[in-house]
Amino acid sequence: MKAWDAIVIGGGHNGLVNACYLQRAGLDVLVVEKNDWVGGAATSRELTPGFLYSNCSYVCSLFRPEIMRDLELPRFGLQVISYEGGAVFTRGGDYLANYRDHDAHRREFARFSRRDAEAYYRYSRDVTRQCRFIQPLLMRTAPDPTSFRPRDLGELLYLGKKFAGLSAEEMALTLRFWTMSISDFLDEYFETDVIKANFALSGIIGTALGPMSPGTAYVLLHHYMGEVDGSVGAWGYARGGMGAVTRALAASFQASGGTIRTGAEVDQVLVQRGKAKGIVLADGEEIYGKLVVSNADVKRTFLKLVEEKELPDIFLRRVKNFKIRGSSGKVNIALDSLPEFPALPKDSPVYRGDMHFTDSMERMERAYDDWKTGRWSADPFLDMVIPTTLDPTMAPPGKHFMSCFVQYAPPKVNGRDWTDADRDGFAESVISQIADYSPGFRDRIVHMEVRTPREIEAEVGLTEGNIFQGELTFDQLLFNRPVPGYAQYRSPVGGLYICGSSTHPGGGVMGAPGRNAAAEILRDLAKPNQHMSPAHDVI
Amino acid sequence: MNRQLKIKPSTARTTAQSHFRTLRLGTPFQPRIEALARTNDWYNWAGYRAPHSLWDEELEYFAIRSQAALFDVSPMTKYRIEGKDAEAFLNRVTLRDVTKLKAGRVHYTAWCDDEGFVLDDGTLFRLSPTRFRLCSQERHLPWLLDSAIGFDVTVEEETEAVAGLALQGPTSFAVLRDAGFSGVERLKIFDLADFPHDGSTVTISRTGFTGDLGYELFVPAAQALSLWDRLMAAGEPRGIRAIGYTALNRARLEAGLIVANADFVTSEHAIRADRLRMPDEIGLGFMIDLEKGHLNGRRAILEARAKRKLRHVLVGLEIEGNIPAEHAIVYHRKSQEVGLVSAAMWSPMAKRNIAIASLARPFGDTMVDDLWVEIYALRELQYQKLMKRAKLVPRPFIKLDRRTANPPADF
Repeated sequence: MKAWDAIVIGGGHNGLVNACYLQRAGLDVLVVEKNDWVGGAATSRELTPGFLYSNCSYVCSLFRPEIMRDLELPRFGLQVISYEGGAVFTRGGDYLANYRDHDAHRREFARFSRRDAEAYYRYSRDVTRQCRFIQPLLMRTAPDPTSFRPRDLGELLYLGKKFAGLSAEEMALTLRFWTMSISDFLDEYFETDVIKANFALSGIIGTALGPMSPGTAYVLLHHYMGEVDGSVGAWGYARGGMGAVTRALAASFQASGGTIRTGAEVDQVLVQRGKAKGIVLADGEEIYGKLVVSNADVKRTFLKLVEEKELPDIFLRRVKNFKIRGSSGKVNIALDSLPEFPALPKDSPVYRGDMHFTDSMERMERAYDDWKTGRWSADPFLDMVIPTTLDPTMAPPGKHFMSCFVQYAPPKVNGRDWTDADRDGFAESVISQIADYSPGFRDRIVHMEVRTPREIEAEVGLTEGNIFQGELTFDQLLFNRPVPGYAQYRSPVGGLYICGSSTHPGGGVMGAPGRNAAAEILRDLAKPNQHMSPAHDVI
Repeated sequence: MNRQLKIKPSTARTTAQSHFRTLRLGTPFQPRIEALARTNDWYNWAGYRAPHSLWDEELEYFAIRSQAALFDVSPMTKYRIEGKDAEAFLNRVTLRDVTKLKAGRVHYTAWCDDEGFVLDDGTLFRLSPTRFRLCSQERHLPWLLDSAIGFDVTVEEETEAVAGLALQGPTSFAVLRDAGFSGVERLKIFDLADFPHDGSTVTISRTGFTGDLGYELFVPAAQALSLWDRLMAAGEPRGIRAIGYTALNRARLEAGLIVANADFVTSEHAIRADRLRMPDEIGLGFMIDLEKGHLNGRRAILEARAKRKLRHVLVGLEIEGNIPAEHAIVYHRKSQEVGLVSAAMWSPMAKRNIAIASLARPFGDTMVDDLWVEIYALRELQYQKLMKRAKLVPRPFIKLDRRTANPPADF
């Protein structure tokens, strides 16, 4: 019976990136995906005629340009369009906008505080400096500090040198950045609540922490590290929805000879004498492979697909304790016309950016309080975009697709599973918040897809619906991601690798984990890796 | 919960929302400048629409040196600093000794962050014993407000409220006198005085950015246009012309003056830590008054001086030939890279090829011989690579007696 050179479990963006690189390096690769479509959390499905959604992830910035180029994704249809800033609506009927134009940005902030408008320079200088420190680490395997292999020592030295290259003040800031709360961090620069709330949202997105929880400052940094064609920190829309990313990856993979099987749910990884030999599908079919790569998160991979007896118990305990808490949901809405926001001038570029309604740190923290008590936020935090203002391919002319990322949503409601009634209540909290700022909003709704952690886990397979496959807190980063000693994409089972966002450098549609894992696999196979470009220089 | 809160009707703040429709503001002089703009060659100066040139960038330069040139400096950042402790506050913030700056005088100064790196340079006007105006390229409100803690002083930005004009050139005094500003002849270099204008007051100082005889005029924005008209009318027989920044930039280079974020990177904008500069590294060390007590950055500056941690030096260069060496790399012995030219031109007044460069010490400091610049001159889609000898020369590159002559010459 055929044994594939490699079987990749899960056709999410990292699984596909990994599969593409392995296939291009000459391996015969099979991707198995439980759904009838590929994409994982980067999908675009037409759930109502004429409207294409970005069902889970909805904006693009972190996806590494080196990968787009290596895998020829533009040739397979990938196009990313920068969007135009955004705004936080305030309860007083005003808003605070973020404009791309430097001077407009300052004048806008000066409407609320002249001081804070200018404090933004120091803030953005400091954040940029930290991003420049971390960015080169994204495309490298994290060193193992307990190892004395020359490569690990070399990588540790690289990290050490980079750190030593910082000034004393920057070093202090780095350590603070990786440990402090986004609220405390912003207090060092700004005085105005709405301005702080505007920046804080990047610190809590996808994270089961509030803005006042230590560790959230790093999450903000994680969202600033991306770029759109060299414009660092910019965010854009993938034309055709985020599914365009994985559609292009799948096409690239197939064009290089790779095979994808959809509708094939993996039940188990076959392990013989401590080594992975293949997979067993839910229907009992066995598929053999010389190695197996899992794009599933670390909990799903090792607690569901591998038998416990195959794993060392410290490893097992650490995987069980890995923080991967569900904290967010998603409401995708098809609209028969562009919603109006009386607070926002009709010609405002904000319609083409991201919109929020949480105008104070207090409200943001209170929304988190609800999560802690096992409820969805009564006054949720929304990250709302209308991609069809820039992308005509996602809805019929004049009609619009609106994506609402919603936080917080607990993995269980009051300790029990989500019910359909809960889901409807969750959706209502979102719609009613939008309708408060946009009269007549409800009448524009043509169709709606509501996704609580229950739906995200069931469909995408993300444990608890955690979008990052594990919290981005410092204890779970670099050589501690997912667990110490196994941060280099390998596992205790020979021939079983992990390549999802549970691994370094973490979540977001970045592709770096999939790429880095491919580099490690090819290294183990002693295969040349000519199709992978080094990371772009940070100069 | 937000649901109970009704969206209220618009307030004063919401009326300011419309700024997004005008990304480049006009200054109070915009109607006049717009009318004279033949080249339509605009650039963005701190969010304002400002002219690179108005009619001919080369001839505009000669207007500065031969007649009188009128240049709109309104976008310059201006802070009003007032209070019992204003002097003590500014003494703490800026490098020079402000107690030596008498009311009615102006000095050129700079200020540093706590690490001793230059935040900006600018001019400090002492309008009265307790009132100052600080003018600069960049914005510093958070720094000034934070530094003001513990002082009885108010700091307010007045960039929009106060319009500014530079009137520079040999006939500038005559223009002002003919415009009826009697007593202006008494202003010596760096003096300032108030004069009545259009029911208000204009503050005129004998200062400027050209190394020439010249004045700067500050007036409430509402009186800006009448001041412009008054000067243009009086200056017509004296050849007054409005000019853009390109011409002014040439004049300032001849005068050996530096521009923040052109000749050095200000510390709030420097992303790369090695781009930061202490005053000694950009030719502003002379300003530092160590006798006056504590000033922001003092400890760091003293330590850098003691431990010889000053890594750079800003110098004036004279380069052989006549091809401007803008942004050329400076070499020692034609091989070792030692610095970069930040501004360069053929000087019509000095008839020399001049430049301002930043060098890595000891070059430019104790090692001053055998310096070269590599000029890439693009000529009809081909680079002509020239290796030219560079000689350290003092700044300013030109010294004009008429700048400081008393009484000012009447051309």
